[in-house]
Amino acid sequence: MAYILIFITAIFVNNIVLSQFLGICPFLGVSKKVDSALGMGAAVAFVLTLATIVTYLIQIYVLNAFGLEYLQTIAFILVIAALVQMVEIILKKSAPALYQALGVFLPLITTNCCILGVAILVANGTYATQGLEPNLLTGVVFAISTAIGFALALVVFAGIREQLAMMDVPKGMQGMSIALVTAGLLAMAFMGFSGVDNGLKTLFGL
Amino acid sequence: MKVLLNGIIKENPTFVLLLGMCPTLGTTSSAINGLSMGLATMAVLIFSNLIISLIKNLIPDMVRIPSFIVVIASLVTILQMLIKAYAPEVDKSLGLFIPLIVVNCIILGRAEAFAAKNGVVSSICDGIGMGIGFTIALTLLGAVRELLGTGKVFDTMLFPEEYGALVFVLAPGAFIALGYLIAIINKIKNA
Repeated sequence: MAYILIFITAIFVNNIVLSQFLGICPFLGVSKKVDSALGMGAAVAFVLTLATIVTYLIQIYVLNAFGLEYLQTIAFILVIAALVQMVEIILKKSAPALYQALGVFLPLITTNCCILGVAILVANGTYATQGLEPNLLTGVVFAISTAIGFALALVVFAGIREQLAMMDVPKGMQGMSIALVTAGLLAMAFMGFSGVDNGLKTLFGL
Repeated sequence: MKVLLNGIIKENPTFVLLLGMCPTLGTTSSAINGLSMGLATMAVLIFSNLIISLIKNLIPDMVRIPSFIVVIASLVTILQMLIKAYAPEVDKSLGLFIPLIVVNCIILGRAEAFAAKNGVVSSICDGIGMGIGFTIALTLLGAVRELLGTGKVFDTMLFPEEYGALVFVLAPGAFIALGYLIAIINKIKNA
């Protein structure tokens, strides 16, 4: 039950993009078409889950074990950069179809702050506000749910922007300005989920 | 001087280039938070431009980006420790966004687009200009959100809090306020 709570909370209540402000760059940059939004969402989900597992293990068995916690930022960003590169090489050889689909988005992911952000949140255990034990399993569930939340926000936003392209927008508001106001309205819609996590907590008796 | 002004007005990183949106939206719930995030980013930007323009001839072209990232990450770690030691309340209010300066596209973008091609002095000027531009943008957005949300700017009461719309301090207000600020700046630029 606790896992369902993490899942729902990370996707709807604390959506990574619309309420935590992580991963805004791809959210605004790669959301003109639903197809590319889906590709980006899949690529992020893949790398985010992998990166969270690897960085969590590094935090526990290398950084904490040798008292090197202050190297966290440097170590994590290097791991993520290397991981993205590795995933790219492996996919190119073993799954060319998937590589073709994700190809353009993979290198962009290194500088996507939601990857580093989630890795730090999981490694520091600060995501587990629901009174849950921070461990590898809950961390991975949190990472996957966050990635789904990211993909959901991205795809919904891309759908709205496809419609928006056909609208008659005032001259000064064209481009990024109207996109940001739209994102604000979408964030307001997601605010409607606030409180759902407490309700679920009571329902599950946690 | 031209380089300095370039970052503040013509190529303002937030309003014109639209770089570094995550800290822009995430840390501007009040003017003081926006200002401290802007200054923190500016410090990293100036030193990363300085170091990268110094070592640009030593780095082979192929490992350019990873080397830049290591330089930036080291600077951010130093900054994080300094903030934790001397300004713990800033550390508390900015939280996760301090380590995330590493992945701020402005810093890597300026390293790649400017510091890797120019001399030391003009790189520092570029860092200062871009940093000031970013700080102004963040402080402005923070002040607007704080004023509309709570009726205060830098904790100075301008109108009673009951008349404020709390939504501007929350997430949706960040997007909407920035959207309208960009529209206003587009209007001023084209006028």
